[in-house]
Amino acid sequence: MTTGGHLRHVLTENPVTLLATGMFVVLVLMALFGPWLVPFDPLASKASAALQAPNGTHWFGTDALGRDIFSRVVVATRLDLGIAFSAVFMSFVIGMPLGLAAGFFGGWWDRIVSRLADTIMAFPLFVLAMGIVAALGNTVGNIILATAVINLPFYIRVARAEANVRRSAGWVEAARLSGNSDWRILAMHLFPNALPPAMVQVSLNMGWAILNAAGLSFIGLGVRAPAPEWGILVAEGAAFIVSGEWWVSFFPGAMLMLAVFTFNLLGDALRDIFDPRRRT
Amino acid sequence: MWSVAFRRLLAALPNLLGVVVITFLLTRAIPGDPAAYFAGGAATQEAVEQVRRALGLDKPMLQQFFIYVGNLAQGDLGQSLTTGQPVLKELLLRLPASLEVVLLSLLLACAIALPMGVMAATRPGSWMDQLSRLITTAGVSLPTFFTGLLLAYVFYFLLGWAPSPLGRLDPVYSPPATITGLYLIDAALAGDLALWRACAGQLVLPVVTMTLFVLAPIARMTRASMIAVLSADFVRTARASGLSQTTVLVRYALRNALLPVVTTLGMVFGFMIGSSVIIEKVFGWPGVGSYAIDALTASDYAPVQGFVLTMGILFVLLNLMIDLLYVLIDPRVTIES
Repeated sequence: MTTGGHLRHVLTENPVTLLATGMFVVLVLMALFGPWLVPFDPLASKASAALQAPNGTHWFGTDALGRDIFSRVVVATRLDLGIAFSAVFMSFVIGMPLGLAAGFFGGWWDRIVSRLADTIMAFPLFVLAMGIVAALGNTVGNIILATAVINLPFYIRVARAEANVRRSAGWVEAARLSGNSDWRILAMHLFPNALPPAMVQVSLNMGWAILNAAGLSFIGLGVRAPAPEWGILVAEGAAFIVSGEWWVSFFPGAMLMLAVFTFNLLGDALRDIFDPRRRT
Repeated sequence: MWSVAFRRLLAALPNLLGVVVITFLLTRAIPGDPAAYFAGGAATQEAVEQVRRALGLDKPMLQQFFIYVGNLAQGDLGQSLTTGQPVLKELLLRLPASLEVVLLSLLLACAIALPMGVMAATRPGSWMDQLSRLITTAGVSLPTFFTGLLLAYVFYFLLGWAPSPLGRLDPVYSPPATITGLYLIDAALAGDLALWRACAGQLVLPVVTMTLFVLAPIARMTRASMIAVLSADFVRTARASGLSQTTVLVRYALRNALLPVVTTLGMVFGFMIGSSVIIEKVFGWPGVGSYAIDALTASDYAPVQGFVLTMGILFVLLNLMIDLLYVLIDPRVTIES
């Protein structure tokens, strides 16, 4: 089967996969090209146009400072996806090697790495993220760092489980006998095999990282006004909910939900492809 | 059985130690001078030096750690700069408020998610299964602050069913006499129906918000676990013996399927503690989460530390309890070890 044919089969087999992939592509396009495609400057305030309900000019309405919410929501995609992607990438790059080493070598490696993962997981993760950002300082970089730290255990566990299962496999023995060093076996042989479940984890983690970053921003950590970020946009509109101006919080929140939903669906779709037995 | 339980207890100790170590490291990881931080923004140089000596920040790291642990053992979590009260005292005062929301949400989530999971498991692949999967995935994708605000808008502003989302109790009422700290129980014990209704009304929106968020893990785990159990031999035998579907499902399958769900509840509790911080901010709930956020915004560091430590310890103890519960309810654990 050709690569194109296989891809088409995967996408059409389950309509959810197609939907998730489509939404993912839209999100990435919004993140990359958003600032050039929006009708208004996301930072331009105009007091006379404050708190307008959604209408023809302002599709999502305006906020308290007269800024166009549609533009702000679209431009925020870049920051949110950027934060989530950086955090997940950091977790992946640090967690996978640690987990692979722990699963493959066992012994002290395993003990130390597992202890690290367990200690991180001993905290309610959002609380730990709060603590890290509070300690290190209120910047976007620290949000990324905190989110990366709390996501580490997931990658460590996945890599460790995969390496553990395969460490005594025949082909690993054969690789060792052909003269491959242990590190080469880890990198060239075990890592590609651990990728499929890791990819599922990456996708689910992206959704979770976006929620985390937005949650931290909502309570005032990390991204500061006037930078557009979905969590901050919802926080800005929170005060107006009880007086009826629902659109200020609704559209950023809905966008946030769609983004997380996309990554969760994508993760499920990937899991269905790689290991249908693990479907829940 | 006791040896297994004891071993589980021992396994929790390194976790407790890890929690304490990490919290200690977080307190010393502040960029800049920790003493200046604890002394507050308006302190003079002398005051900062005094605080430094008082807190032992001029001693070597390891000694500082032992002082820290010693203080913890005496219940000294530091002093809040903004309120001037000991942190532990304030945390204990506010803990029942948070616990009330979390416990009620847990009950409600189980009451909805367990039947949903069972139903999805008995009809896998059907539209009911897909629908419940959609609902639970949507629930877990929704940020809690968004759900909270949306519910407040719909049920308070539009429909007027729910009371104003501004705290634990309408200022018109005075809180019930503190016996447990949980308003619903205290009001019930005091026999005051109007007060009970007022407390319950304030609780509805926060509890529903939190429940929506945790439905997914419980429902999914129930479904997966039930599907595994329903394909077991003893279920087939039970059916072949002519037992009714309900008996087979509830008395035979569900009891066994609940075991992994119990472990999931531990993880779910961690999510709940995390999301309670946000829910308390949205609904103005006077719990430990909003205490920590207020302190954070005011650059008052000791309460945040105390909060992280307390929640960490609570979480470890809860998981230990679930582990021990597991030893009690699953005989295979004792036999297998």
